Parts: sequence; C-alpha cells; structure tokens
Amino acid sequence: MAAEGHKLAIFRGLLKFKSNQQKIWGVLIFLSIVTTIEVALGIIKPEILMVPFLRMKLLNWIFIILTIVKAYYIAWDFMHIRDETSGLKNSIVLPLLILIPYLAFILIIEADYIFDVMDTGFMSWNF
Amino acid sequence: MEVTANTAAENEELWGGGNRPLKASYGKLMMWFFIVSDALTFTGFLVSYGFSRFKNINSWPIADEVFTHFPFLHGIDAPMYYVALMTFILIFSSVTMVLAVDAGHHMQKSKVTFYMLLTIIGGAIFVGSQAWEWKNFIKGEYGALETRGGQILQFVDASSGKRAAIQEFAIGIETDRSTHQSSNGIWYSSEKALPTVTLEEVKKGFIADENLVIRTQQLNEKGQKTVLSRAASMGKLNEAIGVVEGANLTHNEYGNRLFADFFFFITGFHGFHVFSGVVINIIIFFNVILGTYERRGHYEMVEKVGLYWHFVDLVWVFVFTFFYLV
Repeated sequence: MAAEGHKLAIFRGLLKFKSNQQKIWGVLIFLSIVTTIEVALGIIKPEILMVPFLRMKLLNWIFIILTIVKAYYIAWDFMHIRDETSGLKNSIVLPLLILIPYLAFILIIEADYIFDVMDTGFMSWNF
Repeated sequence: MEVTANTAAENEELWGGGNRPLKASYGKLMMWFFIVSDALTFTGFLVSYGFSRFKNINSWPIADEVFTHFPFLHGIDAPMYYVALMTFILIFSSVTMVLAVDAGHHMQKSKVTFYMLLTIIGGAIFVGSQAWEWKNFIKGEYGALETRGGQILQFVDASSGKRAAIQEFAIGIETDRSTHQSSNGIWYSSEKALPTVTLEEVKKGFIADENLVIRTQQLNEKGQKTVLSRAASMGKLNEAIGVVEGANLTHNEYGNRLFADFFFFITGFHGFHVFSGVVINIIIFFNVILGTYERRGHYEMVEKVGLYWHFVDLVWVFVFTFFYLV
C-alpha cells in the first residue's frame, strides 16, 4: 500500500485531515473523548440512564454502543481497514459481524432461561 | 466462454505468481487470518462470560466494589480510575505504533525506532499494571465466609454501612492447627496456606460485635447487595463452612467464583497477548535498528506487527467494557 493511499477523512467526510499523522492524532483525541465519557458515566451512573431497556440497563447499552464505536475507529484508522479493498474489508468484517452477535444472542437467551429455571424451579442452589 | 489471445496472456499473468490478491501482501493477509480467528476466540471467552453472568444475573459481583485500588492511594475508594488509566496507556501505545507504521512508509528509520520504543514502553507499563491489578485481586481486601453451596457471606458494619474486614473483627482463639507440609505425616501430601483467621474466630468476633451484619451475594431491586438484619445474620452465620481471603480459581471473596475464573482467564489471555506483542515488538525494534528493513526497501514488517498490536488494543476495549463498565 502506498503511503499516499490513505483516506484522510473521518466521520463520513465531515472531518478532513491534511496528513495521515494528523488523522492519527485526531482519532486519538476522539477515542480519548469517548473513553472519558465512558469512565465518567461509569463513575456517576446517572439515575436517568439506569432504567431497563431491552432487558438491560440503558446505561449498559450506551457502554456497548460506545465500545463498538471505538472498535470501529481502531480497526478503520489504526488498522487501516479504511484503505483496503472492499473485498478484503468485507471478508474481515462480515464473518465477525455475523458470527459474534449470533453466538452472543443464542448463549444469552439460553443463560436467561437457565436463570429462570434456577430462580423458580424446585432445585435449591442458594444454601 | 470466448477466450482471446489477449485475455489468455492476462490470465497467465494473473495466475503465474507475483500477483497480490486484494492488493495486500501474503504476510498481511495471513496476519488478518490470524486476527479474525483470534477475534472469534476472544468472542467465545467473552460470550461465555456473558452466559455465566446472565445465568447468575441477580447475584453477580459488582465490579466497582471489586476493583477499587489506585497506586499510592491506600484505603481510598477509587473504582474505575486505574483501569481507565490502563486503557489510556494502551490506546496511546496504539497511536505510537501507527505513527511508527506511518514513518515506515516514508522510510524514516530514526522515527520508526523512536515510536517503536515508545510502543514497547507503553506495552510494558500495561502488562505491569495488569500484574498489579491481579495482585490486589488475589490478595483480597475484606475477606468473607463461604457456605456449603459456595455462596459468599460478606460483613458490613450496620452503624456506618461500610464493609468490615474479617481480620479486624475476628477474636483470636488459641489453636495448635498449622499448615500441613509434605515433610510431616502422610508423604507427598500437603495443603494450601491456611487463612489468617479461622472460621471459629470470625464467628466469635461476629457474635461479640452487635453492629456487624451479613451481606449476601443476592442483588436487590436497586442492584445493590442485600444486607441482612442482625437476627437473620446470626442464622446465616451457622451455614458458613470456611473462610475465604482474596480470590483464586476455586474460591472468591468478592462473590460468585465464576467471576474470578473468567477474570483470570480473559484478562490473563489478553495479558499474554500483550506480553507476546511486546516481545514481537522488541524483535522488530532491533531489526529496525540493524537496518534490516532499510535494506529490504520497505517497512511492511512494522505494519504487520502493528496490526497485531492494534488488535490487542481492540480486545482490551471490549474487556474493559464487559468487566469494568457493564
């Protein structure tokens, strides 16, 4: 890959950088801001965000979404996926994008079921 | 299919070797193969952690109460700050890595050397921090009792609402019991180190102090651990069969033992990745100094270890979320 081959715009072209190095620092600032927000939310734990939403606290969903945002920028700009051909991009991202949510979904549904059985079933486990 | 002489020649070029599929070199593609499969391995670990957590959703330990230490701040409750620091260190070492890759594209040997060095230092600090985190986790803080069913009973001072350490309120009882060593008695058989206080001492200390109550693993509606009344605590006390101090793979004073198992396994596996990343970075660092890549004409090797290093950072982002935040 040529050194000049970097795509220098992030946020769908909203923010354009003059050089690759500037883009790296820009992404670092963005990742730091996201991490700071995560840590601040984790320490403050605002009451409004503690409401249940899709069987989890809303705050937890925010953490997961922010994590995926961070993962996206690490992969796209630090690992240079942004500059790869779409074939390579898809063959890296699609298997993960399909398999990971699938595995998480089936196992967590199963765990939820086991929790119900242990909670309401006849067998005592809390002794 | 209609094949002309022209496309035949092109085909020969396409399949004759020297061509780069997906415009990426062999080494880089193989690194991506490894990363995708390793990502799925970590997925397996983290999802099984999620499985155990949802299975025990109303009794899982609260991370903020487990990881409360910060260097040089003794006795101060500082949840999250330390892991946040570790996260920043790892993100920063990721940035120096990508700057090294960028300098490599411009064939600037001294800059690559400098940034690689910073990356190695960042990685080493991270592994050291993780070791410190493990040390605190293994050592434990307040101690607890364990019931026959593996439930953890922690102690709270009812007047202040603060946790009480078993080592502090236990009342000493004279005993001859000492750690059995393989040199005594039955050959080749030994036991683990005994806890600093015995079950009987903890019970005696608990009965003597009217303020103490027991905190169970169960979470209440507010998501906090259930604190029993003094009368209920006295009843619960008789169910205890042993003292737990700190955490290991079979006992865990912080609550569900699976929490400790997954903590050791997942952060350990990640820490091993960081460690091997540092070792690989050191090898590449010396190759850069020796001018290997200068002679080769490109710094693609730096790019390949860079991919691995960023992947390790990527995994940490998820470990951080699922162990400390959620």
